[in-house]
Amino acid sequence: MTGANSFSVSGYGPERGGWTRIFARDSVARRLDWPMLLAALALSFIGSLLVYSATRNRTEINQGDPYFFLIRHVMNTGIGLALMIGTVWLGHRTLRNAVPFLYGISVLLILLVLTPLGSTVNGAHSWIVLGGGFSLQPSEFVKVTIILGMAMLLAARVDAGDKPYPDHRTVLQALGLAAVPMLIVMLMPDLGSVMVMVIIVLGVLLASGASNRWVLGLIGAGVLGAVAVWQLHILDDYQINRFAAFANPDLDPAGVGYNTNQARIAIGSGGLTGAGLFHGSQTTGQFVPEQQTDFVFTVAGEELGFVGGGLIIVLLGVVMWRACRIARETTELYGTIVAAGIVAWFAFQSFENIGMTLGIMPVTGLPLPFVSYGGSSMFAVWVAVGLLQSIRVQRPMSA
Amino acid sequence: MTNIPETGRTPRVQIRLVVIQILVLSLLGTLGGRLWYLQIREGAEYAKQASGNHVQQVVQPAVRGSILDARGVPLADNETRLVVSASRTELLKQKDDGKAVLTKLAGVLGMDPQEVMLKVRLCDAKTPQPCWNGSPYQPIPITDEATPKQALQIRERSEDFPGITAEPEAVRRYASPGKSNTAQVLGYLSPVTDEEIQQAKDSDSPYLRSDQVGRSGLERQYDKVLRGKAGVTRYEVDNLGRVIGQAKADPAQPGANLVTSIDARVQRVAEYELDQAMKEARRQFDKITGSYYKADSGAVVVMEAKTGRIVAMASAPTYDPNVWVGGISSKDYAKLTGKDSNYPLLNRAIQGQAAPGSTFKVVSTAAAVEAGYDFDGRYPCTSSYSVGGQVFNNFEGENFGPISLGRALEVSCDTVFYGLAHNEWKKDGGINPKKGQPKDYFFKAAHQFGLGKETGVDLPNEVTGRVPDRAWKQSFWEANKDYWCKTGKKDGDYVEKIAYENCLEGNKMRAGDEINYSIGQGDTLVTPIQEAVIYGALANGGTMHAPTIGKAIISADGKTVTEIKPKVTGKLPISQATLKGMDEALAGVVTRGTAAWKFGGWPQDKIELHAKTGTAEVYGKQTTSWLATYSKDYTVIMTIAQAGTGSGASGEAVRNIYSALYGVQPDGSIDNKKALLPQPQKGLPKVRTDGTVASPKISKDPAKDLRDMQKAAEEGTSTSQDGTLPGATTPTSTAGNRDTRRRQRRRGGRRRLT
Repeated sequence: MTGANSFSVSGYGPERGGWTRIFARDSVARRLDWPMLLAALALSFIGSLLVYSATRNRTEINQGDPYFFLIRHVMNTGIGLALMIGTVWLGHRTLRNAVPFLYGISVLLILLVLTPLGSTVNGAHSWIVLGGGFSLQPSEFVKVTIILGMAMLLAARVDAGDKPYPDHRTVLQALGLAAVPMLIVMLMPDLGSVMVMVIIVLGVLLASGASNRWVLGLIGAGVLGAVAVWQLHILDDYQINRFAAFANPDLDPAGVGYNTNQARIAIGSGGLTGAGLFHGSQTTGQFVPEQQTDFVFTVAGEELGFVGGGLIIVLLGVVMWRACRIARETTELYGTIVAAGIVAWFAFQSFENIGMTLGIMPVTGLPLPFVSYGGSSMFAVWVAVGLLQSIRVQRPMSA
Repeated sequence: MTNIPETGRTPRVQIRLVVIQILVLSLLGTLGGRLWYLQIREGAEYAKQASGNHVQQVVQPAVRGSILDARGVPLADNETRLVVSASRTELLKQKDDGKAVLTKLAGVLGMDPQEVMLKVRLCDAKTPQPCWNGSPYQPIPITDEATPKQALQIRERSEDFPGITAEPEAVRRYASPGKSNTAQVLGYLSPVTDEEIQQAKDSDSPYLRSDQVGRSGLERQYDKVLRGKAGVTRYEVDNLGRVIGQAKADPAQPGANLVTSIDARVQRVAEYELDQAMKEARRQFDKITGSYYKADSGAVVVMEAKTGRIVAMASAPTYDPNVWVGGISSKDYAKLTGKDSNYPLLNRAIQGQAAPGSTFKVVSTAAAVEAGYDFDGRYPCTSSYSVGGQVFNNFEGENFGPISLGRALEVSCDTVFYGLAHNEWKKDGGINPKKGQPKDYFFKAAHQFGLGKETGVDLPNEVTGRVPDRAWKQSFWEANKDYWCKTGKKDGDYVEKIAYENCLEGNKMRAGDEINYSIGQGDTLVTPIQEAVIYGALANGGTMHAPTIGKAIISADGKTVTEIKPKVTGKLPISQATLKGMDEALAGVVTRGTAAWKFGGWPQDKIELHAKTGTAEVYGKQTTSWLATYSKDYTVIMTIAQAGTGSGASGEAVRNIYSALYGVQPDGSIDNKKALLPQPQKGLPKVRTDGTVASPKISKDPAKDLRDMQKAAEEGTSTSQDGTLPGATTPTSTAGNRDTRRRQRRRGGRRRLT
């Protein structure tokens, strides 16, 4: 049980052997946030069913194997779990020292996407195809490294006890740190990810205790930026169309409005309990594009109904609720900022993803955390869970 | 851990964290609310949209029910043809979109591969025929004339013919049992129109584009019950139209069978006799017009007197209803509806109308009795009757002296009715009656006898005929006076003079109008079916029925039998005493009156026949002949246009129909074994456990049987088993034997009256 040894964090109690150590009152296993972990696992499990339902008949993409996507989704979840365990084992504080390195790698990766190595999917040039059916979406990892990087900068002086709040210089540095990858991602252009990052930055600043002026300024800058983007025609046609279809859902139901329209029909037809897993006609009929990834929620809506869709929202709520608690309960600002950044990320991305299938948000290419098919996203969210667990595990026993 | 200072939470961060938490919760709450709105509140609407998205219907036609005669003999049923069809969805799954399979199929069927390809392509605005204009999910018929061998080839090598089926399919057939034709009564089917498809689209029995709908006759009247309910299979398709599953299948429910009161044998006899009578009439010379009779159309109705059920109904000219099966060619259609066709599609028994001639006198007699004239009184039957300088002659100027109303019917004395009608006209106020003064007994009676309106027979598009009463005259005058006043001349030719008179007083009931009317001439129009109702009522004691052909509807499984009951529509306005008097008088018509020369040797003591002849004048044409008859059980009405007198044209034919019904031999003896229907068919045919209706064997040609029987009897007694001597003293009437007929006329019928 050498592995078990690694799980016990030194300095938290007398050394014990084997299972006893794992399940001891002060052991890591006991200190993990199980509700969050179980909720996240449940989401991934539901996700695998939905992904399977959405892809088992799509011969044109599943290469004739109905389990193609299911197997990969389960594999991704497994890798994600391993990453989470690794993160907990290393501990967020150990990782804190590696943040500059991780940040640098992630920025390099997104720069790679802009080179001919990257490839374009659905208008966004945000993938690195690795071959063998695998591909990487580095913008997912950037979300983590931005949180870690900003937290490191903002919390450094405060956690050292020098100041109660980060000063303006630190905030400026942190914003600069976030701005670099955001600009690159915007060039891809992956507008959805940029929006998530903006919200992450907002969450991080809020949790850091930075002056209200910064928070309000950032919100103002966001609004101004949005107006500028619109006015200066920086957006591509497909992006404008998505907004147009959002503003007017009945617009061209066979063209730009097709996606949202079919998604809403799929969800709406689910009713209270849905058509039953694998029995959704919209799903089996492949009326909703991108249904295993960005529109995975429509499968739940149609086949599992209000009950299933509601369960997903509740489970996401459990994950975020626990993350909020972790943010509030940890005594070091670094942990608080990381947790709050993750909450902001999960919350906005979930809201945007589900919201666009429900027609209350414009369509962007964002996956639903834990549920959507996609390795990079899956790895990123499980690493985030690992960070949250580590913050909880490593907080002082406040008995 | 101890190296990390216990700074604690600053209130600012703590508050902000709570704010974040609340924000997160409200976002999730928003999602939940929206989800509830879409799925629970608007769910039904989206479910509808979703099903419209991905469900395609394939309709299986229901087998149309049969139309059977009273004994269960099918008049219209279905024959099985082998239909080879191709499924587009299956073909499109193949690599070359099924080209190879279709080419192979064309080889088996002996068709041009190109033609087969064209047949399975879908129609659109730019595609010329041939193309498939039905649902792309519906199997597309390639041919409905495959031989069993071809079908076997296809079915045995089904792996070579993916998407191709060879299935037996029901196609309408008008069986003509015993050579009966029944065309106009049965009606016909023709393809459904776009409009009808649209209308029935959302109903529970949608039409197929290849569907046939009843257009006339029983096929139309009972279309709903005969049609059954098409089966609908709903297939789920994906967004590319590929079938991904079968959602719901309602099997086709075959249509119910309609049992009619028609007896195919009697029908055949009636048709044959009508045809023979018309042929015979065309050999007769008409002295008035100086040409042979045209006898261009006719009708005969055989009805059960006590119930109004139709036993036979024929209309001439006729046609073969099978021309409609499988789509009528434009050439055939022109033959049936063109200007020179003489409109064989018309059922002249219910759609042909003519002045009734003397057959109307039963109405006038009833009117006279109603007006207070004694049935047994004495009325002068002079050779002519003059009113204001206008002379109305009795037929061929005969004079019988004072006679009763009964005798007047018997000998068909016109002048008796002239006198009565003129009298009533005067009592009603003459040419300018006061308002409310006219009693109009003669017109009222006609309405009470059911004239001027439909009888309610269960056939579509029955015409009403016409009673030329004051109201009609007024409206007719209003509609035509401009034309009359423009063309009318006081000193012009006949037409111009009439127009002139009509212009002046066409809205008024003139003496001549009422006098003409009283003997069924002039503007009065009746249909054969109306006559059948009147004479049927005289036979049964005064009850008028809405004639019915449908007798029962038997569901395809034979489990539900819905009887169609006879419908009483009214009572004749005649007392039982008058009825008895008229009954006797009409019997007298057969024994010593206007029809006697055709009914010599009839066993009147066993089967009492009653008759009234009629000859209606039609301006510019030869006279229309009427013969209205009844026995205790049946009433037989025959009319032939442009054929002379009622007895002359139809006497033999009607007699033959009665002979066939009752099995009367030429010598007057009755052979019950040969009788087709000595009593009206009471019960319904037997239904077997599998739902089919048992039907007896039917002779190849009942009309020929009758002729054979008559011929055998005429050739001598050698064939007569019981050795009864035929009534040798009474020559029999045999069609085509004009000598016999002449002789008979001289002996049996002293006078030829109408």
